[in-house]
Amino acid sequence: VEQRAHYTRTAVALHWLISLFIATGFTIGAYMADMHVSPLKVRLFAYHKWIGITILGLAVLRLIWRLMHRPPPDEPMPAWQRVAAHGAHWLLYALLIATPLCGWLYSSAAGFPVVYLKLFQLPDLVSKNEALAKVLVEVHGFLAWTLLWVVVLHAAAALKHHFFDRDRTLRRMLTWRAPDMRDR
Amino acid sequence: MNRNALTLIGTLTVATAFVATAAGDPTINAAKSTIVVTFKQENVPVNASFKSFNGRVDYDPAKPNASKAAIELETGSFDMGSADYNSEVKKKNWLDSGTYPKASFISTSVKPGAAGHFDATGTLTLKGKSQTLTVPVTATQNGTTTVFEGSLEISRAYFGLGDAEWKDVVDDKVRIRFHLVE
Repeated sequence: VEQRAHYTRTAVALHWLISLFIATGFTIGAYMADMHVSPLKVRLFAYHKWIGITILGLAVLRLIWRLMHRPPPDEPMPAWQRVAAHGAHWLLYALLIATPLCGWLYSSAAGFPVVYLKLFQLPDLVSKNEALAKVLVEVHGFLAWTLLWVVVLHAAAALKHHFFDRDRTLRRMLTWRAPDMRDR
Repeated sequence: MNRNALTLIGTLTVATAFVATAAGDPTINAAKSTIVVTFKQENVPVNASFKSFNGRVDYDPAKPNASKAAIELETGSFDMGSADYNSEVKKKNWLDSGTYPKASFISTSVKPGAAGHFDATGTLTLKGKSQTLTVPVTATQNGTTTVFEGSLEISRAYFGLGDAEWKDVVDDKVRIRFHLVE
């Protein structure tokens, strides 16, 4: 496997697309959670679920891509930072899959199946169960907030490398170029 | 006698009184029967059920033409499995359970079909509006009990269920499926 100084265009596209969906999905989710029943609430739930399922699909693609392509080498940094950065990356992958999956489980348990883009009804993962739904919605919320804080940490670290260490950490994820060695 | 027992007797008396005037004493085993409502919101099928209902079906396989059915349910017993939605549905712009606590279907004529099948024509009364509907019913004899199954589709707009703001979110058509054990 070749090693390059920046991420592949597929990885870059998936990274920024997923970050955009996390931002919108989280905002809608946090807003709709405390709403009273209304047509807007029903709509927002639908959009939130579509975004979540999209993130789940993109995250799976991204994980497969990541396992098939070695990421660019780390910039020089202390060992603890390296460990923290890679730990955060794998935690993000796990949360990108676990959070929407838990939301899907919650939808099934609450008796509101997911109909992706109003077109495709996804199978229920569990049967309707009010008590289980109450637990799953809490877990889903906890995972979403954890995801948010890890994203904040991940972004803050990238900005620190960019503006204070002035290294290539962030630029590896901003370079839109076909595989080559020009960045070396 | 404690208060709960008195309330129970009161409820039973009221429930029995209505159906009795409509078609005689209730014969349905409500504990084993279900009335399930399915509607679509943003194309998502959602099931709910009425927890409290009663009624009677007089059915003789030998004389299906003489069959009669009278079902009554409590609109306030609508259960979607979510307290927030349940209280919403009882409000004025939906079932308005305060003003219209009961809904009923009373048959007026029965047309027998193939063995065990018949079409029951009758009046559905809901939220102060009535509609004549024909419901295909399947009757299955099961030892000493008979199970009546079927479904009917109603229009939310016709019965004034949900105001205009819900028009684009919840489908107009609502399906009611019943499984009545007698």
